[in-house]
Amino acid sequence: MTKTAVTFRLNGAETAIFVDGGQNLLDVLRRGVGDLSPKYGCGQGGCGGCSVLVDGTLRLACITLAESVDGASVETAAGLADGPRLHPLQKAFMEGFAAQCGYCTPGMLMAARALLDANPDPAREEVVEAISGNLCRCTGYEPIIDAILAAAADLRGGAAR
Amino acid sequence: MAIHKGRGFACVNYPIGMNLGGDPSQALVHATPDGKFMVTLSSIDLGQGMKSVTRQIAAEALGVSVSDVHVDTADSDTGPHCMGSFASRGTHRVGNAVIRAATEARAQLLEAAAEEMEVDAADLVTDGSGNIHVRGAPSRAITVADTAIAAQFRQGRTLAGRGIFLVPPSDADPETGEMSPVTCFAHAALVVDLEVDDETGEVTVQSIHSAYEVGRALNPRLVEQQLIGGAWMGLSHALFETTEPVYPERDPAPLDFNSYVMPGPGDIPDHHVAVLERPAPDAPYGGKGPGEMCANPVLPAVANAIYNAVGVRCDTLPITPERILRGLRELGGARPGGWSGGNFGGTGNPNGAEPRTGSGDGAGNGHGDGHGTRPAWMATGR
Ligand code: FES
Ligand code: FES
Repeated sequence: MTKTAVTFRLNGAETAIFVDGGQNLLDVLRRGVGDLSPKYGCGQGGCGGCSVLVDGTLRLACITLAESVDGASVETAAGLADGPRLHPLQKAFMEGFAAQCGYCTPGMLMAARALLDANPDPAREEVVEAISGNLCRCTGYEPIIDAILAAAADLRGGAAR
Repeated sequence: MAIHKGRGFACVNYPIGMNLGGDPSQALVHATPDGKFMVTLSSIDLGQGMKSVTRQIAAEALGVSVSDVHVDTADSDTGPHCMGSFASRGTHRVGNAVIRAATEARAQLLEAAAEEMEVDAADLVTDGSGNIHVRGAPSRAITVADTAIAAQFRQGRTLAGRGIFLVPPSDADPETGEMSPVTCFAHAALVVDLEVDDETGEVTVQSIHSAYEVGRALNPRLVEQQLIGGAWMGLSHALFETTEPVYPERDPAPLDFNSYVMPGPGDIPDHHVAVLERPAPDAPYGGKGPGEMCANPVLPAVANAIYNAVGVRCDTLPITPERILRGLRELGGARPGGWSGGNFGGTGNPNGAEPRTGSGDGAGNGHGDGHGTRPAWMATGR
């Protein structure tokens, strides 16, 4: 099969990889690049486990053609923390017990990240809307919604200081 | 066509663990050279928090701080055998095994410290933050770290413990068939308030008020988290999830998340949880563990609330709008207050006709629903 060279920035780092025609971004991230933070849940756009940001826009990596991110900036949950310093969303998830098995967590974090980038002061319904494409089996969603609201407040406070 | 409010109640006696031939779990504990402790399990943390809780239990039993304990789970090559993470048995069975292993390791720790300090091990106590000292004389102390080094590099002594917890197999009494498969029960009671649209058959759950008795809540935040998440799963089972929509036909069956439907973040009701603590004598520091019980009572409570709202008694899950509409058609319309006129969508016995209560005071009228033979461990609605 013909391989195509694709280059993109992954969490700020220049990344180059050969991809197969039709290969999806999730497969390239997990098996090609080795970033295991986006999760394979369904492979057909139904669970949100593979959520990543492409040029700042929330995308489902499992239904995104890898070739389409050539030249783009891709962000995954693996890039949220700054060294040992957790991102406020990660901190809020941890403190709010918003993960049980954790399988949905990277996708939830990226959906939340996309929301807060666009809307630093979301209403509860807007948080619900923002994660409505992400399935969670364990938490009943409530702690996740609370954690995202807590992180939003934290981020706003941080910006004001 | 109207929206009908309904309230349903259910309670559950939930057995911790299962024991039809023994139900063991095991743990190993050993000190590292820097005086930390490693707990090795083959038990699996699926997200319910076993790693956190066994870490707390080990720290308590060893007399050291939680930050000095590490737990390794899920590897049956390195960890001793465990029956598994099911039947709400993790905290109780694994926790007890961890206490035994940690107690043995602690005894060795104190003996090693006694040898270093030239005192009697029986006179030594731990302060829970890395020191061992003579009882009543905190200044006559040695650190756990120094003890671990002395034991392993000077005394030639291991600081390690093995633990197994086994409820002996319970055989049935040949005369009566009686047996004691469990040693302790957790309990829950739960009220669901919902609305049923008698035109569409749709159910909107508005609130859950629950009380769960879990022994001691060893990690209250984890307990609350599991109760909230588990109740959500119960709602999902009650109203949405099935792989067999037209059982016993397998076709059409849901093949993906578009057709295997679950409630999303916008469908969650208010849930008010009360955690009651009645520590069980044979449980690790009294903790029984919430486990499956957090989901179970939700299902009968929802069924009872629907019955209370429109009089339709569904005994087949999930209670879909279709099943409710079929029931309403058979009844000739909604019968608020819970009027039992039939049995819908399932294979159970027909309901006995019952007087209509006419009041929304809880679905306390589901006696005649043909479930007298359900096992005692199942959640039962009243
Ligand atoms: S794996 Fe991409 S949405 Fe499920
Ligand atoms: S924490 Fe398990 S799926 Fe969300």
